[in-house]
Amino acid sequence: MIRIEGLSKSYGDLPVLRNCSLEVGRGEVVVICGPSGSGKSTFVKCMNGIEPVQAGRITIDGEVLPSKPAAAARIRSRVGMVFQHFELYPHLTVMENICLAQIHVLKRGRGEAEAKARALLRRVGLADKESAYPTQLSGGQQQRIAIVRALAMDPIAMLFDEPTSALDPEMIGEVLAVMLELAREGMTMIVVTHEMGFAKAAAGRIVFMDHGEIVEVAETQHFFAQPSSERARLFLSRILAH
Amino acid sequence: MSGFDISVILHALPFLAKGLGLSLALTAVAMIGGLALGLVIAVIRLSRFRFPAMLAALYVNGFRAVPLILVIFWFYFLVPLLLGRPVGALYSVLIAFVMFEGAYYSEIIRAGLKSVRPGQWQAAQASGMTYLQTIRLVVLPQALRKMAPLMVTQGVVLFQDTSLVYVVSLHAFMTSADIVELYVFAAFVYFAICTTGSVLAQRLSSGRRHAY
Repeated sequence: MIRIEGLSKSYGDLPVLRNCSLEVGRGEVVVICGPSGSGKSTFVKCMNGIEPVQAGRITIDGEVLPSKPAAAARIRSRVGMVFQHFELYPHLTVMENICLAQIHVLKRGRGEAEAKARALLRRVGLADKESAYPTQLSGGQQQRIAIVRALAMDPIAMLFDEPTSALDPEMIGEVLAVMLELAREGMTMIVVTHEMGFAKAAAGRIVFMDHGEIVEVAETQHFFAQPSSERARLFLSRILAH
Repeated sequence: MSGFDISVILHALPFLAKGLGLSLALTAVAMIGGLALGLVIAVIRLSRFRFPAMLAALYVNGFRAVPLILVIFWFYFLVPLLLGRPVGALYSVLIAFVMFEGAYYSEIIRAGLKSVRPGQWQAAQASGMTYLQTIRLVVLPQALRKMAPLMVTQGVVLFQDTSLVYVVSLHAFMTSADIVELYVFAAFVYFAICTTGSVLAQRLSSGRRHAY
């Protein structure tokens, strides 16, 4: 479904990704974890081409992602993305947020787009918020709407970049619940997160990154029971200590 | 000065009104034209096309480095030369103002576009929008709210600058007055119009604080 080969990227002299390769199959849920600054956020943003790369090749559903941003737009619309800071459009209502790309990218009619939005809003329990503005909502609500906005595009896969890191603790659960449900329905998901509980419950494989490198890729159970690299062991002992 | 003779103002009113009309018309055309030109320049400057972006930067910095009065002069002599026929002072001045204001407005618009968080660009791009769709649907509407007060302020400055067209023998509001009484009256009208503009600019900027 998504194949990444030899991805490398640097900011000036500073390498942020070194020769990263990963293949994610249809319906698979992969969690990417690692210490902060390990390049995992950049990695996931490169997967749909919103961060340019210096070397490497990304294939999505059999199509190679073109290096020209304009040519990549069509493929990009097929992969949903959820950001750490939600990035809902503050000048638009919830309904307009969810319909904008449906109408202008997928060329759906307004009626069809709104029906799609309403059905998805009901699923995440926010049917009553369609005419609210993002700033009137809590972080957890905003993130659930950001997930709906991505799902409304009927994506073949979803990318999550630390979807719960900017949330107050009491709101993390409601967002993870939506993600868990998505995973159970068979959505292909690549999730950057520190939520090891979610990883254990939903992920088939764990990718551990450090210093811009993929250090280890392992089955979830195996990763938590017996990580093969010293760096992953150290990371786990720190993150699971509390 | 023996006394302040109000009848001088009354007699000159039709002439003054004509001057005020030219000032307001110039301001309106230069604002609309300048905003349109400024938007195009700003979008080019922020695009990933290096060479056009460089040309746009050259344009902006060039116009911002010379006084308006010089630009008015240049266009008065240059435009007829380039077109090969006389165009009249009014048209040369209109072109000069639009091009000059375009440079200033492009800077206001560019700052406004850049003030929108990178995450908003990324979210729009990730959903498959093109560069122009991202600007039109996501970035510009947010930037406009931040830019509105600055744009009105620039409009006020522009209105005052229209008095400079006297160098090509056009009479805007200020130079339609030529005696003490009339200069005082002209000052009063400028003050009234520009203060209204400034108050509007302040309203816009404080209104924004409430809205968000």
